[in-house]
Amino acid sequence: MNGKPAIHPIPSGTRDVLPDETRELRAITDALRAVFERHGYGEVHTPALEYESVLGHADLAETGPVHRVFDETGETLVLRSDMTVPIARLVATRYPTVEGPLRFCYFAHCYRGIRPQWSQPRELLQAGIELIGSPAPDGTAEALTVLCDALDATGLKDYRVGLGDASLFGTLMDRLQIAPQERAGLLEALAQRDFVELAERLAGVGLSRDAAGLLLSVPQRRGGPEVLDAPPGPAADAIAGMRQVSELLQENVAARVIFDLGLVRSIGYYTGAVFEVYDPTLGAPIGGGGRYDALLASFGTPRPAVGFALDVERLHIALAGEERGTGALAR
Amino acid sequence: MTAGALDGLTIAVPRGALFESTVDLLARLGLDTAELRSNDRKLLFEDIGVITMRPSDVPTYVEAGAADLGITGKDVLLERPGAGAREHGRRQIYELLDLSYGRCTMVFATVDRVNAQGEDPAAEALRRLGVMRVATKYPRIAARHLEETGRQGEIVEVKGSVELAPITGLAEAIVDLTATGTTLRENGLVVRERIVECTARLIANPVAYKLKAAAIDQLLERLRAGAPAAASTADG
Repeated sequence: MNGKPAIHPIPSGTRDVLPDETRELRAITDALRAVFERHGYGEVHTPALEYESVLGHADLAETGPVHRVFDETGETLVLRSDMTVPIARLVATRYPTVEGPLRFCYFAHCYRGIRPQWSQPRELLQAGIELIGSPAPDGTAEALTVLCDALDATGLKDYRVGLGDASLFGTLMDRLQIAPQERAGLLEALAQRDFVELAERLAGVGLSRDAAGLLLSVPQRRGGPEVLDAPPGPAADAIAGMRQVSELLQENVAARVIFDLGLVRSIGYYTGAVFEVYDPTLGAPIGGGGRYDALLASFGTPRPAVGFALDVERLHIALAGEERGTGALAR
Repeated sequence: MTAGALDGLTIAVPRGALFESTVDLLARLGLDTAELRSNDRKLLFEDIGVITMRPSDVPTYVEAGAADLGITGKDVLLERPGAGAREHGRRQIYELLDLSYGRCTMVFATVDRVNAQGEDPAAEALRRLGVMRVATKYPRIAARHLEETGRQGEIVEVKGSVELAPITGLAEAIVDLTATGTTLRENGLVVRERIVECTARLIANPVAYKLKAAAIDQLLERLRAGAPAAASTADG
């Protein structure tokens, strides 16, 4: 043979999965599925394509759908960017009158926009659960328990789960009467994880030294249960909520939790508890989730809800890293 | 032995203009920096937890978790994708501390000449041609600056000696980093606008920031105490 093989490219951020990898991914998803089923979470499938006008009910911030096509009638369709919003839509249309807790799990590809040359996935495989109709703290504790059981079942050893509250910083700003025009800038600095910028902005807001110090120090508090001791006054509600959740956790789950008053998630629909999964072998979170108590209301069926999604490919990398005893942070 | 001065953390250290001050800082933290100072070919100093690299690579290593912490210029961070509020995909690293050294200014400069209407070459180009050409090593910062000041521009990316561009007619203006302004003056250029002050920053990997919280917070404490100039940010 001479001549080079023909090149037939696929879009950046997508990839083919060959049998060896597929077998390993399948072992992971099988382990997760068994745990989800055991906890009563039934698997669902929803279409990868949905109406943009329907998914647009939710605030997905920068993780929203970006891939759009027109159908035969000129309607705009989007490729889903997560499974939580499609399942909220499913619950609102298929279970509009069911009050009691609904438990669903899914294994699905989701589609996101990527930064050029950044090796981000355009298509990612998510495994997760949604628990609809179960309020905090019990629903949150159940979701965290399923999360840890599922990760244990895959054989991941050294993971930790960060637990925070999406409403905490907003509540702090309310109580300290931060002017509306200042709030966006402070939230942006926090979302950018830029404590230098946050300090500079706080210095310009004209707060007392104590108030500014609180807004700067609270998002940097993370660690064991001691983080919840001596609750800073204005954040007491959110911290009380985190303590209630932690009191409901079994010891094996509680041992995994890092309390994190500065945890920020990029998705906009979270209302209360939020969580994120870390493993020392990987420089980025393996998954995350939280409470979205207002999302179902935007589909006309108000219900408290909580869920999480794991990035199956990252989980696979972390498992491989632990197996080899190497990885980004495992030094 | 000073192993353990960083409590097991790995830090990405920039070679180049920030190197001396950074090594001084590490020495004040109790690291044995003798080999770091004497051996400029070695890249990995495993026993003291230091990796050296060019400043623009520091966020890459830290974001991936190949280093827990890193020190680099604010200019490098601003030029990274995801630094702008409206850009898709936020950056994931934490920016923890302004280390105050390596102070430079990102400036917009043109040749030191104005026309009969008092316009510099960039302003004249914008009025008559509808667009100004701006040469820079910082295309994102330059584009953002033009956008924020409501001007149309064409960014010409160059890799070195930006001062050459306006003198030779490649561009009407430049956006570049300057410490003293000497190079600009020597090339007949004058600062028209100051865009942003840049100093060295301490950054952290988001997972390391959570999993190694105690070690990182302790280091921050020592940095704030030992580097008085950094206290201005800690004050809030």
